[in-house]
Amino acid sequence: MLSRTADCLYWMARYTERAENTARMLDVNHQTSLLPQPAEFLEQSWKKLLTISKLEADFLSKYDVINRENVLDFMIYETSNPSSIVSCLYAARENARVIRGKITSEVWETQNTTWLELQRILEARDQADPSRLLDWVKHRCHLFRGVMYGTMLKNESFYFINIGTLLERADNTARILETKYEDQASLKVLRAQNNGGDNEDGGSFFDFYHWAALLRSVSAFEIYRQIYSDQVVPKQVAQLLIFNKQMPRSLVCCVNELISLIAEVENNQSREIERLLGKLKASLDYSDIDEVFSQGLEEFIESFLERINHIADEFSTAYLIPLASN
Amino acid sequence: MKLPFDEMLDAAGKARPHYQIFHNWLKQQSDTLMGLKRAEADLIFRRVGITFAVYGDDLGSERTIPFDQVPRIFAAKEWAQLEKGLRQRVKALNRFIYDVYHEEDIIKAGIIPAEQIFNNAQYRPEMRNVNIPRDIYAQIAGIDIVRAGEGEFYVLEDNLRVPSGVSYMVEDRKMMMRLFPDLFQKYRVAPVEHYPDLLLECLKSVKPEDVKKPNVVVLTPGMYNSAYFEHSYLAQQMGVELVEGKDLFVKNEQVFMRTTQGPERVDVIYRRVDDDFLDPLSFRSDSTLGVAGLLSAYRAGNVTLANAIGTGIADDKSIYPYVPDMIEFYLGEKPILNNVPTFQCRKPGDLAYTLANLDKLVVKLTHGAGGYGMLVGPAASRAEIEEFRAHLIANPDKYIAQPTLALSTCPTFVESGVAPRHIDLRPFVLSGKTIKMVPGGLTRVALKEGSLVVNSSQGGGTKDTWVLEE
Repeated sequence: MLSRTADCLYWMARYTERAENTARMLDVNHQTSLLPQPAEFLEQSWKKLLTISKLEADFLSKYDVINRENVLDFMIYETSNPSSIVSCLYAARENARVIRGKITSEVWETQNTTWLELQRILEARDQADPSRLLDWVKHRCHLFRGVMYGTMLKNESFYFINIGTLLERADNTARILETKYEDQASLKVLRAQNNGGDNEDGGSFFDFYHWAALLRSVSAFEIYRQIYSDQVVPKQVAQLLIFNKQMPRSLVCCVNELISLIAEVENNQSREIERLLGKLKASLDYSDIDEVFSQGLEEFIESFLERINHIADEFSTAYLIPLASN
Repeated sequence: MKLPFDEMLDAAGKARPHYQIFHNWLKQQSDTLMGLKRAEADLIFRRVGITFAVYGDDLGSERTIPFDQVPRIFAAKEWAQLEKGLRQRVKALNRFIYDVYHEEDIIKAGIIPAEQIFNNAQYRPEMRNVNIPRDIYAQIAGIDIVRAGEGEFYVLEDNLRVPSGVSYMVEDRKMMMRLFPDLFQKYRVAPVEHYPDLLLECLKSVKPEDVKKPNVVVLTPGMYNSAYFEHSYLAQQMGVELVEGKDLFVKNEQVFMRTTQGPERVDVIYRRVDDDFLDPLSFRSDSTLGVAGLLSAYRAGNVTLANAIGTGIADDKSIYPYVPDMIEFYLGEKPILNNVPTFQCRKPGDLAYTLANLDKLVVKLTHGAGGYGMLVGPAASRAEIEEFRAHLIANPDKYIAQPTLALSTCPTFVESGVAPRHIDLRPFVLSGKTIKMVPGGLTRVALKEGSLVVNSSQGGGTKDTWVLEE
């Protein structure tokens, strides 16, 4: 397959996955922002959403205040923001258009229809209901994957799409976990300041919603209940999202799938990627949630992000950047 | 004034025999239903992404080519005659291109003046004495044909460089079958969907001799080209790679593409990039669409280009008047298809006639394409004619003139209902081991009342073209 084709397949998948995860994060923040909570915390949680994607400076050059309306506007519609949903869906569709011959017409039509429907949504933007719109985004991305699984040959195209999806997903899950975990810490501090910690009931009530929201953002609330049959406890949430091999958005699951996908597209430069993925897998396999917490979750995630993005870079060099011409 | 020939109705307003069934069917369809079908067609074309970028429009805007639901129908016999004429013409054109880059017999015989060839910008000296597989230069030819009356067809122009539109021929058929399946039970319409198969077979048949299993690719200028849909469509339908110049490189006079598994040899390139942009080392050095060194690989016989470099010499409008002579010279046959009588403005007598009759003639740039740079006398204003007169006097060599043909019309859905609109036809002729074509071609329709310009870049539409089986 042409390197340029592989590049388009890969980015089509990454942008689609990113649009979906952005929609998930926004939706959860939107939902939790409707709960009673300290105003500082509310602002904090919207701000986090920007820092997670390193977009705070860009945002502040356009808006004065960090609030729900502005962040939703920036993260959904703003075309100068490369991570906004509109930008991601556009990039996904443009990439798909270039290689429409390498995906089935059903996959192409799914991407194209998403884009055409989005035009209609943008025309009636004033009446758009954020939750419905975000649901629609998630639904379209699900549809893309479903149509892809249902119609495409299991060949190189299919593998490159999946590699893009999983690299993006691993990155996004790690970021969501990190932000929400930090939220939790700052909330504790705020609560201690506000009422000296004597409102235990109200606090745990809020805790529940906070963690439940995080789980929902990765479609894991029901899974959590099923696996733990327990209260929503931060440590178990982290355990589920990092270590559970069956949970499709967990870090372990992404890494394991990436290993088998890379084996399918092996070339003479893929050894290094296999080695890096193997090491990452081993470090997850031989660790557990207690070790992660004693090391510090933030530190763990920072290191994970660094490693997974290094793997993505190596992957680009080996497959996507046209190979040496001699 | 005599009304133009109507494809469906005769002078008495009765349906011609091969249109009889359709005509009855059409009378039974309500306007509302036809309107709905039209909207459905547009929606499907958009969703499927069969769109066309129009030069000069807003950046990034995509339009669908208007599709008309009334098919253009040929009776089997009439088509058979046309097909014979097309084969004859393309065969002669290929012989001509070979000749001007080798023995130059036609010049030696005094049929075409030498300066008409060698001073022509479309003549590529780089191709002199270069031998290419089967001596075929225009593997893919799109011949534009119009009808003026019963059995009276004229070739308007020969497109031998990178003719486009064939994807619309196939997609229009699919659309008609989807919208009106019942019509295909009433009529036996010759299929056209196997065109990509014929194309692939043709491309493989002109592979470099020493290659066993040729690797065929389609070379596109990229996604912003107005015909990108077609490039991608043909590559997909043939199951070959769609490449851009930057995907290819030349080493030791061989062409390779950059793949995820390393370099891979390329043997046949169906290129949809013009000669000028093919190789920055040999032609336009500012081209980013081509491949450095491609010409050297081509001349060494290590890769086939379809169409060949230098075919423009045969479809130039200044050469067009000689095509009937070519047919007689190379094949010893009488031309089956007519040429439109053409005044070559480089000749003083022809120029004088043209200047005196500008309001009746169509004047064209010899190197023009796409309906640009032309004057349609009867439709032009006095000011437009005077402006054109000045151009003509300043550069007579650049122009030819032809009488305004009464192009035939075909009933077409327009805002006011069904009304006659002018049409032409572009059949696609494939020359490889043998000459092959699918029955029919792309029918283009000028949607503006009275307009004779059918080009999609100027708001023309398309129709499905039916050749009936006996």
